[in-house]
Amino acid sequence: MIDRGGSRRDECEAGGEDAGRLEVSMGPQHPSTHGVFRMDVVLEGETVVRLKPVFGYLHRNHEKIAEQTTYLGSMPYTDRLDYFCSLTSNWAYALAVEKLAGLAVPERAEYLRVITAELTRLQNHACQMGFMLQDLGAMGTPMMYAFREREKILDLFESLTGSRMMCNYMRFGGCRADAPAGWIEAARGVVGDFPRFLDEYEALLATNEIVMARTQGVGVLPRDLAINASASGPVLRASGVGYDIRKTDRYGVYDRFDFRVPVGDHGDCYDRFMLRLLEMRESVKILEAALEQIPAGPVIDGKVKLRNFKPRAGEAYGRIEGPKGEIGFYLISDGSASPYRYRVRPPSLINLTALEEMCLGQKVADVVVILGSIDIVLGEVDR
Amino acid sequence: MESDLRSELSRQGVMIVSLEALYNWGRSNSLWPLGFGLACCAIEMMAASMARFDLARFGAEVFRPSPRQADLMIVAGTVTKKMAPQVVRLYNQMPEPKYVMAMGACAISGGPFKQGYNVLKGIDRYLPVDVHVPGCPPRPEALIEGLMALQRRIMRQRLTGPERPRHLQAGEASELPVPTLGARDIEPPYHAAVWRPPRVARAS
Repeated sequence: MIDRGGSRRDECEAGGEDAGRLEVSMGPQHPSTHGVFRMDVVLEGETVVRLKPVFGYLHRNHEKIAEQTTYLGSMPYTDRLDYFCSLTSNWAYALAVEKLAGLAVPERAEYLRVITAELTRLQNHACQMGFMLQDLGAMGTPMMYAFREREKILDLFESLTGSRMMCNYMRFGGCRADAPAGWIEAARGVVGDFPRFLDEYEALLATNEIVMARTQGVGVLPRDLAINASASGPVLRASGVGYDIRKTDRYGVYDRFDFRVPVGDHGDCYDRFMLRLLEMRESVKILEAALEQIPAGPVIDGKVKLRNFKPRAGEAYGRIEGPKGEIGFYLISDGSASPYRYRVRPPSLINLTALEEMCLGQKVADVVVILGSIDIVLGEVDR
Repeated sequence: MESDLRSELSRQGVMIVSLEALYNWGRSNSLWPLGFGLACCAIEMMAASMARFDLARFGAEVFRPSPRQADLMIVAGTVTKKMAPQVVRLYNQMPEPKYVMAMGACAISGGPFKQGYNVLKGIDRYLPVDVHVPGCPPRPEALIEGLMALQRRIMRQRLTGPERPRHLQAGEASELPVPTLGARDIEPPYHAAVWRPPRVARAS
Protein backbone atom coordinates (compact mmCIF):
# COMPACT_ATOMS: atom_id res chain seq x y z
CA MET A 1 0.00 0.00 0.00
CA ILE A 2 1.47 3.31 -1.01
CA ASP A 3 1.13 6.15 1.43
CA ARG A 4 0.10 8.84 -0.97
CA GLY A 5 -0.10 11.72 1.43
CA GLY A 6 -3.65 12.14 0.25
CA SER A 7 -4.08 15.88 0.60
CA ARG A 8 -4.79 16.66 -3.04
CA ARG A 9 -7.11 13.73 -3.48
CA ASP A 10 -9.07 14.65 -0.35
CA GLU A 11 -9.44 18.18 -1.59
CA CYS A 12 -10.85 16.97 -4.90
CA GLU A 13 -13.09 14.40 -3.30
CA ALA A 14 -14.49 16.99 -0.88
CA GLY A 15 -16.62 18.44 -3.65
CA GLY A 16 -18.67 15.26 -3.63
CA GLU A 17 -20.64 13.79 -6.49
CA ASP A 18 -21.88 16.53 -8.72
CA ALA A 19 -24.13 16.47 -11.73
CA GLY A 20 -21.79 18.89 -13.46
CA ARG A 21 -19.05 16.32 -13.66
CA LEU A 22 -18.03 14.94 -17.00
CA GLU A 23 -16.34 11.62 -17.53
CA VAL A 24 -14.00 11.43 -20.49
CA SER A 25 -12.30 8.30 -21.72
CA MET A 26 -8.97 9.26 -23.26
CA GLY A 27 -7.65 6.38 -25.29
CA PRO A 28 -6.87 3.68 -26.19
CA GLN A 29 -6.80 5.42 -29.56
CA HIS A 30 -5.78 8.94 -28.71
CA PRO A 31 -3.00 10.93 -30.32
CA SER A 32 -1.41 11.76 -27.00
CA THR A 33 -1.39 8.44 -25.19
CA HIS A 34 1.87 7.15 -26.67
CA GLY A 35 0.33 3.91 -27.76
CA VAL A 36 -2.73 2.15 -26.46
CA PHE A 37 -3.00 3.56 -22.97
CA ARG A 38 -6.36 4.68 -21.67
CA MET A 39 -7.24 7.18 -18.98
CA ASP A 40 -10.72 7.55 -17.59
CA VAL A 41 -10.76 11.17 -16.54
CA VAL A 42 -13.50 12.78 -14.46
CA LEU A 43 -13.67 16.50 -15.05
CA GLU A 44 -15.28 19.37 -13.25
CA GLY A 45 -15.28 22.10 -15.83
CA GLU A 46 -11.79 21.62 -17.17
CA THR A 47 -10.25 20.50 -13.91
CA VAL A 48 -9.37 16.88 -13.34
CA VAL A 49 -10.97 15.50 -10.19
CA ARG A 50 -10.31 11.83 -10.79
CA LEU A 51 -8.17 9.85 -13.16
CA LYS A 52 -8.13 6.12 -13.59
CA PRO A 53 -5.50 4.55 -15.81
CA VAL A 54 -6.62 1.46 -17.73
CA PHE A 55 -3.90 -0.91 -18.83
CA GLY A 56 -3.72 -4.12 -20.75
CA TYR A 57 -4.34 -3.12 -24.35
CA LEU A 58 -0.85 -4.31 -25.25
CA HIS A 59 -0.53 -7.21 -22.86
CA ARG A 60 1.53 -9.63 -24.90
CA ASN A 61 2.22 -12.33 -22.32
CA HIS A 62 5.92 -11.60 -22.25
CA GLU A 63 6.50 -13.21 -18.86
CA LYS A 64 4.54 -16.37 -19.56
CA ILE A 65 6.20 -16.84 -22.93
CA ALA A 66 9.59 -16.40 -21.29
CA GLU A 67 8.79 -19.11 -18.77
CA GLN A 68 8.16 -21.55 -21.60
CA THR A 69 11.19 -20.80 -23.68
CA THR A 70 14.91 -21.12 -23.04
CA TYR A 71 16.95 -18.45 -21.30
CA LEU A 72 18.49 -17.29 -24.55
CA GLY A 73 15.12 -17.47 -26.29
CA SER A 74 13.82 -14.64 -24.10
CA MET A 75 16.51 -12.24 -25.22
CA PRO A 76 14.69 -11.13 -28.42
CA TYR A 77 11.53 -10.61 -26.38
CA THR A 78 13.32 -8.19 -24.07
CA ASP A 79 13.96 -6.04 -27.17
CA ARG A 80 10.24 -5.66 -27.55
CA LEU A 81 9.59 -4.62 -23.95
CA ASP A 82 10.65 -1.04 -24.33
CA TYR A 83 11.04 -0.71 -28.02
CA PHE A 84 12.93 2.54 -27.82
CA CYS A 85 15.62 1.07 -25.60
CA SER A 86 16.15 -2.53 -26.61
CA LEU A 87 19.79 -2.52 -25.60
CA THR A 88 19.22 -1.51 -22.00
CA SER A 89 16.54 -4.18 -21.60
CA ASN A 90 18.99 -6.69 -23.10
CA TRP A 91 21.59 -5.65 -20.60
CA ALA A 92 19.31 -5.88 -17.57
CA TYR A 93 18.25 -9.37 -18.57
CA ALA A 94 21.80 -10.49 -19.33
CA LEU A 95 22.88 -9.09 -15.98
CA ALA A 96 20.19 -11.05 -14.15
CA VAL A 97 21.17 -14.30 -15.87
CA GLU A 98 24.85 -13.63 -15.27
CA LYS A 99 24.12 -13.18 -11.58
CA LEU A 100 22.12 -16.38 -11.59
CA ALA A 101 24.80 -18.42 -13.33
CA GLY A 102 27.81 -16.61 -11.93
CA LEU A 103 29.31 -15.54 -15.23
CA ALA A 104 31.98 -12.92 -15.74
CA VAL A 105 32.00 -10.50 -18.65
CA PRO A 106 35.15 -9.56 -20.62
CA GLU A 107 36.22 -5.98 -20.29
CA ARG A 108 35.67 -5.01 -23.92
CA ALA A 109 32.11 -6.30 -23.71
CA GLU A 110 31.51 -4.19 -20.61
CA TYR A 111 32.63 -1.12 -22.50
CA LEU A 112 30.47 -2.01 -25.50
CA ARG A 113 27.53 -2.39 -23.13
CA VAL A 114 28.13 1.02 -21.60
CA ILE A 115 28.50 2.61 -25.03
CA THR A 116 25.34 1.05 -26.43
CA ALA A 117 23.35 1.80 -23.27
CA GLU A 118 24.38 5.45 -23.25
CA LEU A 119 23.64 5.80 -26.96
CA THR A 120 20.23 4.31 -26.20
CA ARG A 121 19.74 6.90 -23.49
CA LEU A 122 20.60 9.71 -25.90
CA GLN A 123 18.09 8.63 -28.53
CA ASN A 124 15.40 7.80 -25.98
CA HIS A 125 15.62 11.15 -24.23
CA ALA A 126 15.78 13.05 -27.51
CA CYS A 127 12.63 11.33 -28.77
CA GLN A 128 10.85 11.64 -25.44
CA MET A 129 11.37 15.39 -25.51
CA GLY A 130 10.11 15.46 -29.07
CA PHE A 131 6.95 13.60 -28.08
CA MET A 132 6.36 15.75 -25.04
CA LEU A 133 6.68 18.92 -27.09
CA GLN A 134 4.33 17.50 -29.65
CA ASP A 135 1.85 16.97 -26.83
CA LEU A 136 2.35 20.63 -25.99
CA GLY A 137 1.27 21.53 -29.48
CA ALA A 138 4.63 21.93 -31.23
CA MET A 139 3.53 19.66 -34.04
CA GLY A 140 6.33 18.09 -35.95
CA THR A 141 9.39 20.27 -35.66
CA PRO A 142 10.90 19.15 -32.32
CA MET A 143 10.18 15.57 -33.26
CA MET A 144 11.80 16.00 -36.65
CA TYR A 145 14.94 17.27 -34.96
CA ALA A 146 14.91 14.43 -32.44
CA PHE A 147 14.39 11.75 -35.05
CA ARG A 148 17.16 13.27 -37.18
CA GLU A 149 19.57 12.61 -34.30
CA ARG A 150 17.99 9.25 -33.58
CA GLU A 151 18.62 8.03 -37.11
CA LYS A 152 22.35 8.67 -36.71
CA ILE A 153 22.40 6.54 -33.58
CA LEU A 154 20.25 3.85 -35.19
CA ASP A 155 22.77 3.64 -38.02
CA LEU A 156 25.41 2.86 -35.42
CA PHE A 157 23.17 0.19 -33.89
CA GLU A 158 22.50 -1.30 -37.28
CA SER A 159 26.15 -1.68 -38.20
CA LEU A 160 26.93 -3.08 -34.76
CA THR A 161 23.98 -5.43 -34.22
CA GLY A 162 22.31 -5.85 -37.59
CA SER A 163 19.03 -4.23 -36.62
CA ARG A 164 17.81 -0.70 -36.14
CA MET A 165 15.47 -1.24 -33.24
CA MET A 166 15.40 -4.86 -32.13
CA CYS A 167 19.08 -5.22 -31.47
CA ASN A 168 19.20 -8.55 -29.59
CA TYR A 169 22.85 -7.82 -28.92
CA MET A 170 23.75 -8.88 -25.39
CA ARG A 171 24.55 -12.45 -24.53
CA PHE A 172 25.18 -14.12 -21.19
CA GLY A 173 28.84 -13.45 -20.56
CA GLY A 174 29.36 -10.71 -23.11
CA CYS A 175 28.04 -9.36 -26.37
CA ARG A 176 27.15 -11.16 -29.56
CA ALA A 177 29.64 -9.58 -31.92
CA ASP A 178 32.55 -7.23 -31.83
CA ALA A 179 32.27 -3.76 -33.29
CA PRO A 180 33.04 -3.76 -37.03
CA ALA A 181 36.08 -1.90 -38.34
CA GLY A 182 35.64 1.85 -38.09
CA TRP A 183 32.64 1.64 -35.77
CA ILE A 184 34.36 3.25 -32.79
CA GLU A 185 35.44 6.18 -34.96
CA ALA A 186 31.94 6.53 -36.39
CA ALA A 187 30.49 6.48 -32.88
CA ARG A 188 32.98 9.11 -31.82
CA GLY A 189 31.79 11.28 -34.68
CA VAL A 190 28.13 10.94 -33.74
CA VAL A 191 28.84 11.59 -30.06
CA GLY A 192 31.04 14.56 -30.92
CA ASP A 193 28.22 16.13 -32.93
CA PHE A 194 25.55 15.49 -30.36
CA PRO A 195 26.19 18.51 -28.10
CA ARG A 196 25.46 20.75 -31.07
CA PHE A 197 21.97 19.28 -31.24
CA LEU A 198 21.59 19.73 -27.50
CA ASP A 199 22.65 23.37 -27.73
CA GLU A 200 20.18 23.93 -30.55
CA TYR A 201 17.38 22.22 -28.67
CA GLU A 202 18.13 24.09 -25.49
CA ALA A 203 18.34 27.44 -27.21
CA LEU A 204 15.00 26.84 -28.92
CA LEU A 205 13.08 25.38 -26.04
CA ALA A 206 14.56 25.78 -22.58
CA THR A 207 13.54 29.42 -22.25
CA ASN A 208 10.64 29.24 -24.66
CA GLU A 209 7.76 31.15 -23.16
CA ILE A 210 5.08 28.64 -24.15
CA VAL A 211 7.08 25.68 -22.90
CA MET A 212 7.68 27.41 -19.59
CA ALA A 213 4.07 28.51 -19.19
CA ARG A 214 2.72 25.07 -19.97
CA THR A 215 5.16 22.99 -17.91
CA GLN A 216 6.34 25.01 -14.90
CA GLY A 217 4.34 24.12 -11.83
CA VAL A 218 2.36 21.55 -13.81
CA GLY A 219 2.20 17.96 -12.65
CA VAL A 220 4.25 18.38 -9.50
CA LEU A 221 5.39 15.11 -7.99
CA PRO A 222 6.53 15.81 -4.41
CA ARG A 223 9.69 14.18 -3.20
CA ASP A 224 8.00 11.97 -0.58
CA LEU A 225 5.36 10.74 -2.96
CA ALA A 226 7.98 9.96 -5.60
CA ILE A 227 9.84 7.80 -3.11
CA ASN A 228 6.69 6.12 -1.81
CA ALA A 229 5.46 5.34 -5.29
CA SER A 230 8.89 3.80 -6.02
CA ALA A 231 9.38 6.04 -8.99
CA SER A 232 12.78 5.80 -10.58
CA GLY A 233 14.86 7.36 -13.29
CA PRO A 234 14.34 10.95 -14.45
CA VAL A 235 10.89 11.11 -12.79
CA LEU A 236 12.42 10.44 -9.37
CA ARG A 237 15.47 12.61 -9.89
CA ALA A 238 13.38 15.56 -11.07
CA SER A 239 11.62 15.40 -7.69
CA GLY A 240 14.92 16.02 -5.95
CA VAL A 241 16.17 12.54 -5.13
CA GLY A 242 19.69 11.92 -6.38
CA TYR A 243 19.25 8.21 -6.94
CA ASP A 244 20.92 6.69 -9.97
CA ILE A 245 21.68 2.98 -10.14
CA ARG A 246 24.75 3.72 -12.22
CA LYS A 247 26.09 5.41 -9.08
CA THR A 248 24.59 3.23 -6.35
CA ASP A 249 25.20 -0.22 -7.91
CA ARG A 250 28.18 0.68 -10.06
CA TYR A 251 27.38 -2.24 -12.30
CA GLY A 252 29.50 -2.85 -15.37
CA VAL A 253 32.35 -0.40 -15.57
CA TYR A 254 30.41 2.71 -14.56
CA ASP A 255 32.79 3.31 -11.66
CA ARG A 256 35.48 4.29 -14.16
CA PHE A 257 33.63 7.27 -15.55
CA ASP A 258 33.27 10.70 -14.12
CA PHE A 259 29.72 11.95 -14.42
CA ARG A 260 27.22 13.87 -12.35
CA VAL A 261 23.64 12.95 -11.53
CA PRO A 262 21.44 15.97 -12.23
CA VAL A 263 18.65 16.53 -9.71
CA GLY A 264 15.54 18.67 -10.05
CA ASP A 265 14.11 21.14 -7.56
CA HIS A 266 10.36 21.26 -8.08
CA GLY A 267 9.40 17.93 -9.58
CA ASP A 268 7.23 19.54 -12.24
CA CYS A 269 7.11 18.82 -15.96
CA TYR A 270 9.69 21.48 -16.72
CA ASP A 271 12.16 19.88 -14.31
CA ARG A 272 11.66 16.49 -15.90
CA PHE A 273 12.22 18.07 -19.29
CA MET A 274 15.38 19.94 -18.29
CA LEU A 275 16.70 16.99 -16.34
CA ARG A 276 16.72 14.88 -19.49
CA LEU A 277 18.63 17.59 -21.32
CA LEU A 278 21.25 17.64 -18.56
CA GLU A 279 21.37 13.86 -18.43
CA MET A 280 22.13 13.70 -22.11
CA ARG A 281 25.10 15.98 -21.57
CA GLU A 282 26.39 13.62 -18.89
CA SER A 283 25.84 10.67 -21.22
CA VAL A 284 27.93 12.38 -23.85
CA LYS A 285 30.70 12.72 -21.27
CA ILE A 286 30.50 9.00 -20.41
CA LEU A 287 30.47 8.07 -24.09
CA GLU A 288 33.50 10.18 -24.89
CA ALA A 289 35.45 8.58 -22.06
CA ALA A 290 34.27 5.05 -22.89
CA LEU A 291 35.10 5.39 -26.57
CA GLU A 292 38.54 6.62 -25.54
CA GLN A 293 39.25 3.90 -22.98
CA ILE A 294 37.76 0.83 -24.69
CA PRO A 295 40.37 -1.94 -24.58
CA ALA A 296 41.02 -4.66 -27.14
CA GLY A 297 40.12 -8.24 -26.40
CA PRO A 298 37.30 -10.76 -26.68
CA VAL A 299 33.69 -9.64 -26.36
CA ILE A 300 32.27 -12.89 -25.03
CA ASP A 301 33.46 -15.61 -22.72
CA GLY A 302 33.85 -18.47 -25.19
CA LYS A 303 33.24 -21.12 -22.55
CA VAL A 304 29.63 -20.19 -21.91
CA LYS A 305 27.35 -22.72 -23.57
CA LEU A 306 24.53 -20.51 -24.78
CA ARG A 307 22.66 -23.26 -26.61
CA ASN A 308 22.02 -25.70 -23.80
CA PHE A 309 22.10 -23.13 -21.05
CA LYS A 310 20.99 -24.42 -17.67
CA PRO A 311 21.91 -22.27 -14.68
CA ARG A 312 21.90 -23.84 -11.23
CA ALA A 313 18.77 -23.56 -9.12
CA GLY A 314 18.43 -20.25 -7.34
CA GLU A 315 17.17 -16.76 -7.84
CA ALA A 316 18.64 -13.47 -8.96
CA TYR A 317 17.59 -9.90 -9.57
CA GLY A 318 19.52 -7.89 -12.11
CA ARG A 319 18.81 -4.21 -12.55
CA ILE A 320 20.29 -1.32 -14.42
CA GLU A 321 19.51 2.33 -14.85
CA GLY A 322 17.57 2.37 -18.07
CA PRO A 323 16.65 5.63 -19.77
CA LYS A 324 13.19 5.48 -18.16
CA GLY A 325 14.29 4.28 -14.74
CA GLU A 326 15.16 1.10 -12.97
CA ILE A 327 14.65 -1.80 -15.36
CA GLY A 328 15.08 -5.08 -13.56
CA PHE A 329 14.57 -8.78 -14.17
CA TYR A 330 13.83 -11.20 -11.38
CA LEU A 331 14.52 -14.80 -12.26
CA ILE A 332 13.95 -18.03 -10.36
CA SER A 333 15.72 -21.04 -11.78
CA ASP A 334 14.89 -24.65 -10.97
CA GLY A 335 17.91 -25.92 -12.86
CA SER A 336 16.04 -26.55 -16.09
CA ALA A 337 16.50 -24.87 -19.44
CA SER A 338 13.78 -22.30 -18.86
CA PRO A 339 13.19 -20.04 -15.86
CA TYR A 340 10.64 -21.15 -13.28
CA ARG A 341 9.57 -17.57 -12.76
CA TYR A 342 10.45 -14.59 -14.85
CA ARG A 343 9.41 -11.18 -13.72
CA VAL A 344 10.10 -7.79 -15.23
CA ARG A 345 10.24 -4.65 -13.16
CA PRO A 346 9.16 -2.12 -15.75
CA PRO A 347 10.07 1.49 -14.94
CA SER A 348 7.28 2.95 -17.10
CA LEU A 349 4.51 1.11 -15.27
CA ILE A 350 5.77 1.95 -11.81
CA ASN A 351 6.37 5.59 -12.70
CA LEU A 352 2.77 5.68 -13.91
CA THR A 353 1.38 4.75 -10.51
CA ALA A 354 1.72 8.35 -9.36
CA LEU A 355 -0.04 9.67 -12.45
CA GLU A 356 -3.34 10.38 -10.74
CA GLU A 357 -1.76 12.43 -7.96
CA MET A 358 0.20 14.42 -10.51
CA CYS A 359 -2.91 15.16 -12.55
CA LEU A 360 -5.47 15.96 -9.85
CA GLY A 361 -6.42 19.62 -9.82
CA GLN A 362 -4.79 20.24 -13.18
CA LYS A 363 -6.52 21.16 -16.41
CA VAL A 364 -7.39 18.40 -18.84
CA ALA A 365 -4.96 19.77 -21.43
CA ASP A 366 -2.16 19.40 -18.90
CA VAL A 367 -2.87 15.70 -18.40
CA VAL A 368 -1.44 15.12 -21.85
CA VAL A 369 1.74 17.01 -20.97
CA ILE A 370 2.12 15.23 -17.63
CA LEU A 371 1.79 11.85 -19.29
CA GLY A 372 4.32 12.92 -21.90
CA SER A 373 6.76 14.02 -19.22
CA ILE A 374 6.68 10.65 -17.46
CA ASP A 375 7.91 8.95 -20.63
CA ILE A 376 6.04 5.69 -20.94
CA VAL A 377 6.25 2.95 -23.51
CA LEU A 378 3.26 0.66 -23.59
CA GLY A 379 5.22 -2.43 -24.53
CA GLU A 380 6.81 -2.17 -21.13
CA VAL A 381 3.75 -1.02 -19.18
CA ASP A 382 1.55 -3.90 -20.29
CA ARG A 383 4.25 -6.41 -21.26
CA MET B 1 -5.22 6.30 -77.86
CA GLU B 2 -2.07 5.89 -79.85
CA SER B 3 1.04 6.66 -77.88
CA ASP B 4 2.41 8.89 -80.65
CA LEU B 5 -0.62 11.10 -80.57
CA ARG B 6 -0.59 11.14 -76.78
CA SER B 7 3.02 12.24 -76.59
CA GLU B 8 2.44 14.83 -79.31
CA LEU B 9 -0.47 16.28 -77.38
CA SER B 10 1.40 16.28 -74.07
CA ARG B 11 4.23 18.18 -75.76
CA GLN B 12 1.72 20.86 -76.55
CA GLY B 13 0.43 20.94 -73.02
CA VAL B 14 -2.70 18.85 -73.54
CA MET B 15 -3.17 15.88 -71.29
CA ILE B 16 -5.81 13.33 -72.07
CA VAL B 17 -6.69 10.75 -69.44
CA SER B 18 -9.72 8.76 -68.58
CA LEU B 19 -11.69 9.94 -65.60
CA GLU B 20 -10.93 6.65 -63.93
CA ALA B 21 -7.17 7.12 -64.25
CA LEU B 22 -7.37 10.70 -63.01
CA TYR B 23 -9.52 9.71 -60.06
CA ASN B 24 -7.28 6.83 -59.11
CA TRP B 25 -4.15 8.92 -59.60
CA GLY B 26 -5.43 11.61 -57.29
CA ARG B 27 -6.58 9.20 -54.67
CA SER B 28 -3.50 7.00 -54.65
CA ASN B 29 -1.23 9.99 -54.17
CA SER B 30 -3.08 11.49 -51.25
CA LEU B 31 -3.58 8.60 -48.86
CA TRP B 32 -4.20 9.91 -45.38
CA PRO B 33 -3.18 7.34 -42.81
CA LEU B 34 -4.77 7.08 -39.41
CA GLY B 35 -2.23 8.10 -36.77
CA PHE B 36 -2.66 4.92 -34.90
CA GLY B 37 0.23 3.14 -33.25
CA LEU B 38 -0.19 -0.11 -31.39
CA ALA B 39 3.34 -1.22 -30.58
CA CYS B 40 6.92 -1.30 -31.79
CA CYS B 41 6.04 -0.92 -35.48
CA ALA B 42 4.48 2.46 -34.75
CA ILE B 43 7.94 3.85 -34.05
CA GLU B 44 9.16 2.75 -37.46
CA MET B 45 5.98 4.20 -38.94
CA MET B 46 6.86 7.51 -37.29
CA ALA B 47 10.44 7.21 -38.47
CA ALA B 48 9.11 6.73 -42.00
CA SER B 49 7.18 9.98 -41.75
CA MET B 50 10.20 11.90 -40.47
CA ALA B 51 12.76 13.83 -42.46
CA ARG B 52 15.04 10.99 -43.47
CA PHE B 53 12.53 8.69 -45.13
CA ASP B 54 9.96 11.40 -45.77
CA LEU B 55 6.68 9.69 -46.44
CA ALA B 56 5.48 13.04 -47.79
CA ARG B 57 7.13 12.20 -51.09
CA PHE B 58 4.33 9.70 -51.57
CA GLY B 59 1.60 12.00 -50.35
CA ALA B 60 0.93 9.98 -47.23
CA GLU B 61 2.40 12.13 -44.49
CA VAL B 62 -0.88 13.55 -43.22
CA PHE B 63 -1.40 11.32 -40.21
CA ARG B 64 -4.88 12.05 -38.95
CA PRO B 65 -5.74 11.50 -35.30
CA SER B 66 -9.41 10.99 -36.16
CA PRO B 67 -10.62 7.99 -38.16
CA ARG B 68 -13.25 10.21 -39.77
CA GLN B 69 -10.55 11.98 -41.75
CA ALA B 70 -8.39 9.00 -42.64
CA ASP B 71 -8.54 6.55 -45.49
CA LEU B 72 -5.64 4.23 -44.73
CA MET B 73 -5.37 2.26 -41.52
CA ILE B 74 -1.86 1.08 -40.84
CA VAL B 75 -2.23 -1.61 -38.19
CA ALA B 76 1.23 -1.07 -36.72
CA GLY B 77 1.88 -3.56 -33.98
CA THR B 78 0.52 -6.39 -31.92
CA VAL B 79 -3.27 -6.54 -31.80
CA THR B 80 -4.33 -8.01 -28.48
CA LYS B 81 -7.72 -9.48 -27.83
CA LYS B 82 -8.52 -6.50 -25.64
CA MET B 83 -7.63 -4.10 -28.43
CA ALA B 84 -9.18 -5.95 -31.38
CA PRO B 85 -12.75 -4.63 -30.86
CA GLN B 86 -11.42 -1.08 -30.80
CA VAL B 87 -9.43 -1.66 -33.99
CA VAL B 88 -12.55 -2.91 -35.79
CA ARG B 89 -14.55 -0.01 -34.41
CA LEU B 90 -11.98 2.44 -35.72
CA TYR B 91 -12.16 0.76 -39.10
CA ASN B 92 -15.93 1.13 -39.08
CA GLN B 93 -15.59 4.82 -38.30
CA MET B 94 -13.43 5.46 -41.33
CA PRO B 95 -15.24 6.69 -44.43
CA GLU B 96 -15.12 4.75 -47.68
CA PRO B 97 -12.96 4.20 -49.69
CA LYS B 98 -10.68 2.82 -47.03
CA TYR B 99 -7.71 0.53 -47.00
CA VAL B 100 -5.95 -1.53 -44.38
CA MET B 101 -2.26 -2.27 -44.20
CA ALA B 102 -1.02 -4.92 -41.78
CA MET B 103 2.42 -3.73 -40.73
CA GLY B 104 4.77 -6.15 -39.08
CA ALA B 105 4.72 -9.79 -38.10
CA CYS B 106 2.33 -9.29 -35.16
CA ALA B 107 -0.42 -7.64 -37.20
CA ILE B 108 -0.02 -10.27 -39.92
CA SER B 109 0.00 -13.41 -37.80
CA GLY B 110 0.73 -12.69 -34.15
CA GLY B 111 4.44 -12.75 -34.88
CA PRO B 112 6.77 -13.62 -32.02
CA PHE B 113 3.88 -13.31 -29.57
CA LYS B 114 1.67 -15.75 -31.45
CA GLN B 115 1.66 -18.27 -28.59
CA GLY B 116 0.41 -15.64 -26.15
CA TYR B 117 -3.10 -16.18 -24.79
CA ASN B 118 -4.03 -12.56 -25.29
CA VAL B 119 -2.62 -12.02 -28.77
CA LEU B 120 -4.73 -12.01 -31.90
CA LYS B 121 -3.20 -14.21 -34.57
CA GLY B 122 -3.49 -11.73 -37.36
CA ILE B 123 -5.77 -8.76 -37.90
CA ASP B 124 -6.95 -10.23 -41.24
CA ARG B 125 -9.35 -12.36 -39.21
CA TYR B 126 -11.47 -9.26 -38.69
CA LEU B 127 -10.49 -6.74 -41.34
CA PRO B 128 -9.98 -7.03 -45.10
CA VAL B 129 -6.25 -6.38 -45.32
CA ASP B 130 -5.01 -4.93 -48.61
CA VAL B 131 -1.25 -5.00 -48.07
CA HIS B 132 0.87 -7.06 -45.71
CA VAL B 133 4.27 -5.58 -44.82
CA PRO B 134 6.41 -8.26 -43.20
CA GLY B 135 9.23 -7.57 -40.77
CA CYS B 136 9.73 -7.26 -37.05
CA PRO B 137 9.54 -4.35 -37.27
CA PRO B 138 9.60 -3.57 -41.00
CA ARG B 139 12.14 -0.96 -41.93
CA PRO B 140 10.74 2.39 -43.09
CA GLU B 141 11.77 1.44 -46.61
CA ALA B 142 9.55 -1.63 -46.33
CA LEU B 143 6.63 0.50 -45.21
CA ILE B 144 7.19 2.78 -48.19
CA GLU B 145 7.27 -0.27 -50.45
CA GLY B 146 3.99 -1.41 -48.93
CA LEU B 147 2.51 2.02 -49.52
CA MET B 148 3.63 1.95 -53.14
CA ALA B 149 2.08 -1.50 -53.53
CA LEU B 150 -1.18 -0.06 -52.26
CA GLN B 151 -0.88 2.86 -54.67
CA ARG B 152 -0.43 0.45 -57.57
CA ARG B 153 -3.45 -1.45 -56.36
CA ILE B 154 -5.55 1.70 -56.26
CA MET B 155 -4.37 2.64 -59.75
CA ARG B 156 -5.74 -0.64 -61.07
CA GLN B 157 -9.20 -0.15 -59.60
CA ARG B 158 -12.13 0.08 -62.01
CA LEU B 159 -14.88 2.56 -61.33
CA THR B 160 -17.53 0.65 -63.24
CA GLY B 161 -18.29 -2.94 -64.09
CA PRO B 162 -18.49 -6.00 -61.93
CA GLU B 163 -14.87 -5.65 -60.72
CA ARG B 164 -15.47 -2.28 -59.13
CA PRO B 165 -14.35 -2.06 -55.52
CA ARG B 166 -16.50 -2.60 -52.49
CA HIS B 167 -17.30 1.03 -51.84
CA LEU B 168 -18.85 1.42 -55.28
CA GLN B 169 -21.04 -1.67 -55.01
CA ALA B 170 -24.50 -0.78 -53.90
CA GLY B 171 -25.66 -2.86 -50.98
CA GLU B 172 -22.19 -3.81 -49.76
CA ALA B 173 -21.80 -3.06 -46.08
CA SER B 174 -18.88 -0.80 -45.26
CA GLU B 175 -18.98 -1.71 -41.60
CA LEU B 176 -17.99 -4.97 -40.03
CA PRO B 177 -19.42 -6.42 -36.83
CA VAL B 178 -17.33 -5.56 -33.79
CA PRO B 179 -16.07 -8.62 -31.92
CA THR B 180 -16.64 -8.77 -28.20
CA LEU B 181 -14.78 -10.29 -25.31
CA GLY B 182 -16.78 -13.36 -24.38
CA ALA B 183 -16.56 -15.53 -21.31
CA ARG B 184 -13.55 -17.47 -22.56
CA ASP B 185 -12.22 -15.82 -25.67
CA ILE B 186 -12.89 -13.13 -28.20
CA GLU B 187 -16.12 -13.80 -30.06
CA PRO B 188 -16.47 -14.55 -32.91
CA PRO B 189 -12.97 -15.98 -33.51
CA TYR B 190 -13.03 -14.52 -37.05
CA HIS B 191 -15.39 -12.93 -39.53
CA ALA B 192 -16.25 -15.48 -42.17
CA ALA B 193 -16.75 -12.68 -44.71
CA VAL B 194 -13.08 -11.70 -44.62
CA TRP B 195 -11.20 -14.77 -43.42
CA ARG B 196 -11.54 -18.53 -43.38
CA PRO B 197 -9.25 -20.98 -41.60
CA PRO B 198 -6.83 -22.47 -44.10
CA ARG B 199 -7.82 -25.92 -45.28
CA VAL B 200 -5.17 -28.59 -45.01
CA ALA B 201 -5.47 -31.07 -47.84
CA ARG B 202 -4.79 -34.53 -46.47
CA ALA B 203 -4.44 -37.66 -48.53
CA SER B 204 -6.95 -40.07 -47.04
